[in-house]
Amino acid sequence: MVTGWPNMSNPADDTFFFILGISLTLLALNTGVMIYFVFRYSRKRHPEAEEVEENTLIEIIWTVIPTLLVLAMFYVGWKGFVYMRTAPPDAMVIHVTARQWSWTFDYANGKETNVLKVPVRKPIKLLITSADVLHSLFIPAYHIKEDAVPGRETHLWFLPDQLGSYDLFCTEYCGVGHSSMITKVDVMPQKEFDDWYTGKKEGAAGTEKKPGSEKRAGKHEAGQPAREGAELFQTKGCTACHTTDGTPKIGPTFKGVFGKKETVIRNNQEREITVDEAFIKQTLLHPELDRVKGFPPIMPSQQGQLTDKEIEELIEYIKGLK
Amino acid sequence: MEASFYHAKTRYPGIFGWIFTTDHKRVGLLYLFSTLSFFAVGVSLGLTMRLELIRSGMHFYSAQTYNAIFTLHGVIMIFLFIIPGIPSSLGNFIMPLQIGARDVAFPKINILSWGLFIMGGAIAVTSLFTGGGPPDTGWTFYVPYSIRTGTNISLAVFGVFLIGLSSTLTGMNFLTTIHRLRAPGMTWKRMTLFTWSIYATSWIQLLATPVLAITLLLIIIERNFGVGFFDPAKGGDPILFEHMFWIYSHPAVYIMILPAMGTVTDIIPVFTRRNIFGYSFIAASSLAIAFVGYLVWGHHMFTSGMSDTARIIFSLLTFIVAVPSGIKVFNWIASLYKGSIRMNAPLLYTLAFIFLFSIGGLTGLVQGALATAVHVHGTYFIVGHFHYVMFGGAGFGFFAGLHYWFPKITGKLYEEHLAKLACFFLFIGFNMLYFSMFVLGWEGMPRRYYDYLPRFNGPNLVATIGSWILAMGLIIMFYNLIHSLFAGNKAGDNPWEAASLEWQTTSPPPVENFATQPVVTKGPYEFR
Repeated sequence: MVTGWPNMSNPADDTFFFILGISLTLLALNTGVMIYFVFRYSRKRHPEAEEVEENTLIEIIWTVIPTLLVLAMFYVGWKGFVYMRTAPPDAMVIHVTARQWSWTFDYANGKETNVLKVPVRKPIKLLITSADVLHSLFIPAYHIKEDAVPGRETHLWFLPDQLGSYDLFCTEYCGVGHSSMITKVDVMPQKEFDDWYTGKKEGAAGTEKKPGSEKRAGKHEAGQPAREGAELFQTKGCTACHTTDGTPKIGPTFKGVFGKKETVIRNNQEREITVDEAFIKQTLLHPELDRVKGFPPIMPSQQGQLTDKEIEELIEYIKGLK
Repeated sequence: MEASFYHAKTRYPGIFGWIFTTDHKRVGLLYLFSTLSFFAVGVSLGLTMRLELIRSGMHFYSAQTYNAIFTLHGVIMIFLFIIPGIPSSLGNFIMPLQIGARDVAFPKINILSWGLFIMGGAIAVTSLFTGGGPPDTGWTFYVPYSIRTGTNISLAVFGVFLIGLSSTLTGMNFLTTIHRLRAPGMTWKRMTLFTWSIYATSWIQLLATPVLAITLLLIIIERNFGVGFFDPAKGGDPILFEHMFWIYSHPAVYIMILPAMGTVTDIIPVFTRRNIFGYSFIAASSLAIAFVGYLVWGHHMFTSGMSDTARIIFSLLTFIVAVPSGIKVFNWIASLYKGSIRMNAPLLYTLAFIFLFSIGGLTGLVQGALATAVHVHGTYFIVGHFHYVMFGGAGFGFFAGLHYWFPKITGKLYEEHLAKLACFFLFIGFNMLYFSMFVLGWEGMPRRYYDYLPRFNGPNLVATIGSWILAMGLIIMFYNLIHSLFAGNKAGDNPWEAASLEWQTTSPPPVENFATQPVVTKGPYEFR
């Protein structure tokens, strides 16, 4: 069990109010004295200035006291930090992958979601990495953040002490979809979490994917790939730039795009193409080759992010958006 | 009496008499004009950002445009306005006068610095309209994003590289000038504290800027030749880039603020009619800031994935660097004690500076403490903090200096009431705009956000309204200064009855500054 602070935001709050208290006192004193002097020694009230010599004692006093104060602040911040960085050994470990512009949370049993689902009052340890550029995982409610760095694993932990749904932001600028790289932390009752985690009530909890795709392949029914594609559309971050309702966002909308004629630009040369399977696949894997006229060249490559089967599923899904 | 340098015959006619000049005063004015032009662009971009952020949702332009605008706002304000702002413009004009020199040590390198600065600025502007479109990485150029984005990074980075070279040359030039060209009797303890601050700044420019130059070149090499310094996909390390970037860019913060501190230190005694309190402590604190400032860059990386031990050490050093700034503030306030205070515009801007800089410094403590840094890092709290330090500090210090040395530079007086009215608008607008950001940051709104959740609406609206009031203050201030340049009353040589050396020659000064070699017999703030 966790001892000490019952809630993650407490060390941050305590340190904040400690520093704020000292800072406000200093600011009020400084400003008060400054304003008093300005009036008391105005030219009108005090026509002749007097020289006041340099005073070493007073200089030492106002060097030593602030030094002690800032050292105290450092100490408080340090203590809180050590607590915030040391996950309890019984913490539940969840792997996080950040990518332009979505989050993927992988659980020990192979479950994968794009909304962080956690049981209430159980410490959670996140092991974070990035698939492309720098990102930063920030949960304001718990006052924690840590960068997601490609090629490296960083960590943080928190204790969700109350039920609810909390914002999870990206705080390291990562390109055009940065401000829409938002998801939620769903803090659930233990029972509800267990049901979801062990796979009962499938589908009710949202967009999670079943572990082991063989099972899926077994009962291949009509429309299944498109449904899987719809799921991928949500989990792989496509929604940051693309819509399915006909309005262009950062990139073109997917509604009615299949079979449509589009003008694309390659090396400053415009030409017309028809959006077909080959073009969608090329755009997913090599977006730098052609870009649709009127949109910025920012589509991240999905090479290594999507399997061939997943690409097919996405294409099936896009075909169906009429 | 000799003619002022404006009227002296130059080697080349007309405009060439300016852009090929070697007179430090003309170079200073070239810098002043160019940096203020860039400032106007930066302000417009900032207002455009605030307009888009007036409330949640998408209003005027796309996310990609917003990202280009905030990148430009940062690059222009930092590299083209604040860093060269005080040292290269006021420093160039005033510092040689203050030490009784006829010019800087290397007048030709001085004009070369300006040339490089303008070329760098022009190249940075060109990058907007060529290649893959305007850079969208933020002024920090963090990898791997800056390696992978299709926008025109290499050219913009090369522009910044040239500007850095210009800054290094200026630092070297000023250091040599201060060491070698002081007038007879101008001992180190008789130098103004403005010159002391330029001295400390020049050391940072000389020693830190090359690190930025190397880092920027590495980006260009990685982008164009695929060498993997920073991108992990090629075997590089993005955290290495953060280290290299901040080893320059944190000391650069002191390049921005130290000259402003020096400016207000020169202003206070003149308008209180008494010596500055704690001369040697203020001078020493400038050097302490310049030195310790090298060792604290890691506080920009408290959530970067750097080791926890490194974070703790950087936090400790960060708190240490706060002390010399505190010492300065205490000495400035003590210098008001038993003075005979004339509340002219330069002093009013100075008092605003002290208040705003104090808030900037104190909120810095929140970010220096690790437990709170983990929460506020990368949020609007940071944006609020550095605008208080950079704009409330360096900016207001620059405005104070502009008003204080306006008669020195132009020989004219500005309109006092208008100057105070502008200060009032600036102060109100500033606090509405940037204090709201502390609230937003603590509530968790991340920075560099094109759009935000509706729960952040309130403070964002206050900030946007504040930005309009602030803009009004700027318009009044610059209207006043520009109008007075043509229509102001004659100032006389020393309208403030200042004691430092720059006021002991005519205003504006003649070509080589002093009709006869000055001999210094007393300190810069001795009025009796």
